[in-house]
Amino acid sequence: MFRGIIDRKSLWFIGAILIVLLILPPILPRFYTYILAVIFVTSLLAMSLNLVLGHGMIFQFHHGVFYGVGAYTAALMLSKTSLPMWIGFVAGPVVAALVGLLIGWFCVRLTRLYFGMLQISLGSLIWAIAFRWYSLTGGDDGIHGIPIPSLISSLNSSYYFILIILVICLVALYLILKSPFGTTLEAIRDNPQRCEAVGVNVRRHQLMAIVIATFFAGIAGVLFVVLEGSVFPDLLFWVLSLEVFIMCLLGGWFTFAGPILGAAIMVSLRTFVGIFTEYWTLILGVILILLIFFLPEGVMGYFLEKLKPQVREVAEGRGE
Amino acid sequence: MELGQGLDLASLGSQLLVGLSRAMILFVVCAGLSFVLGVLRVPNVAHGSLYMIGAFSAYSIFRFFGSSTGGFWLALILAPFVVALVSLVAERALFCHLYQREHLMLLLFTFALMLIFGDLVKLAWGPEYCSVVPPKVLRALPRYNFFLLIIGPLVAIALWFFTNRTKIGKISRAAAVDREMVGVIGINVSWVFAAAFVIGCYLAGLGGALVVPTVSVCLGMDHDIIIEAFLIVTIGGLGNMWGALVGSLIFGVTHSLGVLLWPQFAIVFPYAAVVIVLLLRPRGLLKSVW
Repeated sequence: MFRGIIDRKSLWFIGAILIVLLILPPILPRFYTYILAVIFVTSLLAMSLNLVLGHGMIFQFHHGVFYGVGAYTAALMLSKTSLPMWIGFVAGPVVAALVGLLIGWFCVRLTRLYFGMLQISLGSLIWAIAFRWYSLTGGDDGIHGIPIPSLISSLNSSYYFILIILVICLVALYLILKSPFGTTLEAIRDNPQRCEAVGVNVRRHQLMAIVIATFFAGIAGVLFVVLEGSVFPDLLFWVLSLEVFIMCLLGGWFTFAGPILGAAIMVSLRTFVGIFTEYWTLILGVILILLIFFLPEGVMGYFLEKLKPQVREVAEGRGE
Repeated sequence: MELGQGLDLASLGSQLLVGLSRAMILFVVCAGLSFVLGVLRVPNVAHGSLYMIGAFSAYSIFRFFGSSTGGFWLALILAPFVVALVSLVAERALFCHLYQREHLMLLLFTFALMLIFGDLVKLAWGPEYCSVVPPKVLRALPRYNFFLLIIGPLVAIALWFFTNRTKIGKISRAAAVDREMVGVIGINVSWVFAAAFVIGCYLAGLGGALVVPTVSVCLGMDHDIIIEAFLIVTIGGLGNMWGALVGSLIFGVTHSLGVLLWPQFAIVFPYAAVVIVLLLRPRGLLKSVW
């Protein structure tokens, strides 16, 4: 299936990482297993954003909303209805994609910064409603003690569940990007006018990309519920969205796996610097500035550039 | 329209006054953001943090002068200069080296600044220093709301005068349109940008100082203001100062009316207003400079 899509060396590399990740949980202390699981969830969120941001050049400024909507939907279905658990798990991404369709439908008419601003205002509307609707969403307290199926309720089993879902989603995202749809999306990013001229429906493609990205963000939201067993309005707040945005830029938004690296860096920084000092955002800010000055292509972009010099030319030829 | 119980013209009027004075503070902040956006083409995420620094330093200056009314007026004058100084240092030390980069990188940079400023405020004023109730002297300030209603238009006129009637203002407008051409005729564009950035940040500080008597000063006020400011600037038309004024009025008044109509969801009203405006006029109400 992957013949011709991915080369043998990368496949070995990915396989090795996967095996390490699979045997880690029994060895590692609980805390590190938990952090790894957080990194997985956050990576999926960042990867879903990068589908539209890095590969589509769509300024999805409020991606966190779809993550939050997925998480809230699953949480509400699990805690307030007696429907089978799996319906809640499926409903999360589906509702997130529907909200993505609705918001995207309004936003794709605009470009760049205006797109982002309209999305922030629509997303903030959802945040404000979730923040204030105490009877349904628990307001600023959120929902706690969500019943998780016993099969995946322990830390190690939820770790494996999240890892499996993450791998499936990453494969799906990779295949989407390599499909004609993904290539068209990248063509639109590089030259929307020409795409329009050769008969590509630019707006519809962008909207589809947004719906797919929000679907995966919804999956990430459901995984968050599985891991944490709670939801709160900060999931919908714009600060989270900006953080995810930064993860993509940080890891390298023109690369496939960059956002994973960005998510891992951000989560580890927050966790491990947070142990030593309360002022971890100060450290994060300084590191960000250093990165901007010295690694403008992102961490992953920097390493790819070191590995193969032609990547830079591709990035530069992208018509900025 | 059916209004909630206990509503009469007096409470409507007072709520409107509160909304308008809130709009004036928002306008002062947004005018600065819009100015930076217009000239430098940078969405300055750190603007809210500068507003917070303005509020905290105004509060400290006010306390330093024995919590007197006179101390407050002094704080109103001094605090924005503190903010302007901070922004000048940040601009000259770091920001000015990045103007050639892509806009997203500049956005990332200002986000990093926001993180740093947020923690610096925590460092300087202490993490537990949160939610300070405005002191009695200020709450008893007679007609503070009316004062805000005057200061808003004053700022608007001053900014208009600056951009349209002074030489450096005209240069900054020219640099916004074509920075290379301005450089070619022998003007130091870098310093023009620095001046524009500092003026914008001065306004953020002024807004922060103005807000002290009306709300409690706390960490996290930067997160709340910046999103409102961005939305206001967008519905007004990016970089258009009068647009920022119109946007602020819409935002402030819908919120205060929302408090009257449906207090639980009052916070939803301004966002809904922004959505409606953007759906009808996606590029903002007034002409954008972009």
